Amino acid sequence: MRFGVVVFPGSNCDADCYYVIKEVLAQEVYYVWHQETDLSPYDCVVLPGGFSYGDYLRCGAIARFSPVMESVRGFAAAGGLVIGICNGFQILAEAGLLPGALLRNTTLRFICRYVDLRVENTGTPWTNSVDRKVLRIPIAHNEGNFVADEETLDRLNREGRVLLRYSDPEGNITAEANPNGAAQNIAGIASENFNVLGLMPHPERCSEDILGHTDGLTIWRSVVNHFERGN
Amino acid sequence: MEAAKPVSELYADLGLTSSEFEDIKRVLGREPSAVELGMFSLMWSEHCSYKSSKEALKMLPTQGPWVLQGPGENAGIIDIGDGLAVAFKMESHNHPSAVEPYQGAATGIGGIVRDIFTMGARPIACLDPLRFGSLDKQRTRFLLGGVVAGIAGYGNCLGIPTVAGDLYFDACYDENPLINVMCVGIMPVRRIIKGAAATPGEAVILFRNRTGRDGIGGASVLASQEFDETSEAKRPSVQVGDPFTEKLLIEASLEMLDAGLLVGLSDLGAAGISCALSETAAKGGVGMAVHADRVPLREDMEPFEIMISESQERMLAVCEPAKAAAVIEICERWGLKATQIGEVIPGDKLEIYWKGEKVVDVPASSLADGPVYSRESARPQYLDRVAAADLSTVEHPSDLNDVLMRLVASPNLCSRHWVWEQYDHMVQLNTVVYPGSDAAVLRVKGTGKGLALSVDGNGRYCYLDPYTGAQIAVVEAARNVIASGAVPAAITNCLNFGNPERPDIFWQFIRAVEGMSDACRALDLPVVSGNVSFYNESFGEAIHPTPVIGMVGVLPDIEKRVGIGFQSQDDLIVLLGETLPELGGSEYLKVIHGLTEGRPPGVDLAKERAVQAVCREAIEQGFILSAHDCSEGGLAVTLIDSCWATGLGATLRVETDLAPAEWMFSESQSRFVVTLKKMDLPRLQEIARAQVGVPVEVLGWVGGKHLVINDWIAMHLEKSREAWRTALENILA
Repeated sequence: MRFGVVVFPGSNCDADCYYVIKEVLAQEVYYVWHQETDLSPYDCVVLPGGFSYGDYLRCGAIARFSPVMESVRGFAAAGGLVIGICNGFQILAEAGLLPGALLRNTTLRFICRYVDLRVENTGTPWTNSVDRKVLRIPIAHNEGNFVADEETLDRLNREGRVLLRYSDPEGNITAEANPNGAAQNIAGIASENFNVLGLMPHPERCSEDILGHTDGLTIWRSVVNHFERGN
Repeated sequence: MEAAKPVSELYADLGLTSSEFEDIKRVLGREPSAVELGMFSLMWSEHCSYKSSKEALKMLPTQGPWVLQGPGENAGIIDIGDGLAVAFKMESHNHPSAVEPYQGAATGIGGIVRDIFTMGARPIACLDPLRFGSLDKQRTRFLLGGVVAGIAGYGNCLGIPTVAGDLYFDACYDENPLINVMCVGIMPVRRIIKGAAATPGEAVILFRNRTGRDGIGGASVLASQEFDETSEAKRPSVQVGDPFTEKLLIEASLEMLDAGLLVGLSDLGAAGISCALSETAAKGGVGMAVHADRVPLREDMEPFEIMISESQERMLAVCEPAKAAAVIEICERWGLKATQIGEVIPGDKLEIYWKGEKVVDVPASSLADGPVYSRESARPQYLDRVAAADLSTVEHPSDLNDVLMRLVASPNLCSRHWVWEQYDHMVQLNTVVYPGSDAAVLRVKGTGKGLALSVDGNGRYCYLDPYTGAQIAVVEAARNVIASGAVPAAITNCLNFGNPERPDIFWQFIRAVEGMSDACRALDLPVVSGNVSFYNESFGEAIHPTPVIGMVGVLPDIEKRVGIGFQSQDDLIVLLGETLPELGGSEYLKVIHGLTEGRPPGVDLAKERAVQAVCREAIEQGFILSAHDCSEGGLAVTLIDSCWATGLGATLRVETDLAPAEWMFSESQSRFVVTLKKMDLPRLQEIARAQVGVPVEVLGWVGGKHLVINDWIAMHLEKSREAWRTALENILA
């Protein structure tokens, strides 16, 4: 399987995603410069975390105008797999490839720590290999407070497109377990056809034993599994 | 500045003394122009020239077979094998942060990170030792919040994890907080580059940020003077950081180095372009001709202002003329403006032109090698008073559970997660041991090795005895690194003191450097880089002398790392080293009795070396299950830390002649608490026998949900942990 990791000016988890895909998943991976437009060689496009364009305007608001984003739109429309992590999720939301928006954390502080996430739907390209109810994956963001109007939230729920919610270790969805104020504790959502995923937690940060946790690997393995089964 | 004023009246406004002004005239053989005077005023400021500290710093050991670059460059560099080198340095941004905490701290990170990639290294970690005033003060909370947000705002954006630090509160820092920042980078040995030009004809290229009026006089006005009621007006001297541009500078600079395009690389920090040009030329033993009117500007500026502006995120590259186009092309791809502003010339002159007219014509080395002063030194009188305190008359409270609870929830001992959870401490996928341990441990990808990083420096100990206090900073940093499973390799430092023109302050400085030097020699630790911050005073009151140490250790095999947390039921808890009745300068004395008195714990360097060797060897043999350095708060705090880390209790049966409070809260040096299986005890005892003076005392065993020490302490872990964990956020709420 061949991954393309997009590099925007200010991306800073690009090398981390590249490393995990290459060294841990043992899959083919290439960097895609934000001015490139040909995504045809890739089976999955990764929009990594970081601070594209410094996040000086709204997070992701400038990156969405990069030439590569027009191609990402076409790639996704054709059913290609796209995962946006953290800043990547923010860019997907700004680009309209996923609904909703990500506001500033209600704490008004950057938060970097492990959180527990209840997996809401395991029948997707991103979660088919998840074998437990709750995943422990770190977040690291200042703007992860997901919002959407009631109708959109209803639809996301109805269609099973909410894949991850902040929870306690037992999987209970509580206010205390919500680190950033996200509506309905939403941490990750998918597009209508489930081929586009946006999530605030960083699966690449917990995909190796030496880093303490490997729950992130279940998400990476899911997408490889999905691809190898011939979609 | 008022251009109309003749230079003979201007120099004092710029912070130069009359004798320095005479020296400048002597060097030049004439009166300096206004632009030249401005450049001298910055380059000869305490901040840039180290004129008060240079002599004393020669005491420090700087050599070792593994040292690739000692002090004098942007950062020190050590060889860690496998063709890899580690560059690191610590710096202060105290004064700017006191005036504008967010931008002061943010630009502090920007500056230290530039020092690292300027050497060719990719920055892989930041560490931030912070000192603030009393937490009851509104100003302290404002400064703490702003500084932490500033470090987070800048460092997180760069994608450099902030992996460790320390944080102390003391009223002596009320007006003048200490914001020290350390950065560590890694590189292939072959990529090392220095800030020097080499051959006439080479191109001098300035890249990225436009120059503006921000930060004019940062080094001379802010960093080399004390604070008083005019400080508020100094806010315009603080620069504004642009981390996004810095991130691009890192990528573009490393790309140029990988392509072998550069002869020299330098960042523009304090004293801006004046400093970068004069040091680059002086180090290469060449001259430079530079056109100030080619410097891209943000606003209309005089040549004087251009030469001394401290606008951030600017770099200076020197390359062969044929490679200039390639350098500029890489910059453009990263969206960075690059401009050739001059060239290297024969001779030793730095010549600056403004619209064709030569406005500066000085020997580069005269700027770079400032004056050197032997300041007067005299032992401060307060020392007799604090040393005379009779601590044997202190009445220890009877409820020791209450004492321990108050200690662990006190500002200096409570959990710092409120701080470090605002820092991205995981990005780059190297952080194996997180903040909150003795030392952060990072893996070195592709090698099986690790780096252990720690910062230390207790200002209260140094106030009571600067010589011993500085020794403690070194030996404790080394113990932190050893307890993680690493071999201490080298240190950097940041020496924070008051006004060196005061003999009592200068005495503190000299004694601290002597202490640091003796400790480093005893432990074979070279000092490869560092920084001195003087004038940390406000309204005539100096901070406690606060030398801070940044230590880098190497784990030859990262799988042999150990943590502070107890591992399993029935493991033996063993104390390496000896507990003495040393409550002087302790947190116990401060928090429970309100005293900053006595003598700090003594340091016996031979004993220290021996106990470190024992701990190191035992970890190397692989049977140590947890290890924790004993420091502030004493044994009781060390033990409960290890309990909380993994949620396992402990029961201790202690026999001692000391009073219970002395045994539990004395901050005696040269101690580790380790755990191991009972069957491995003879191995530990045998290792200890090979050294002189390392007692091995079995204190008890791991298990249960409480920490129990004789009939002195019976503490429920979960309840006490919550008090410890939430104390800081509760105080700040």
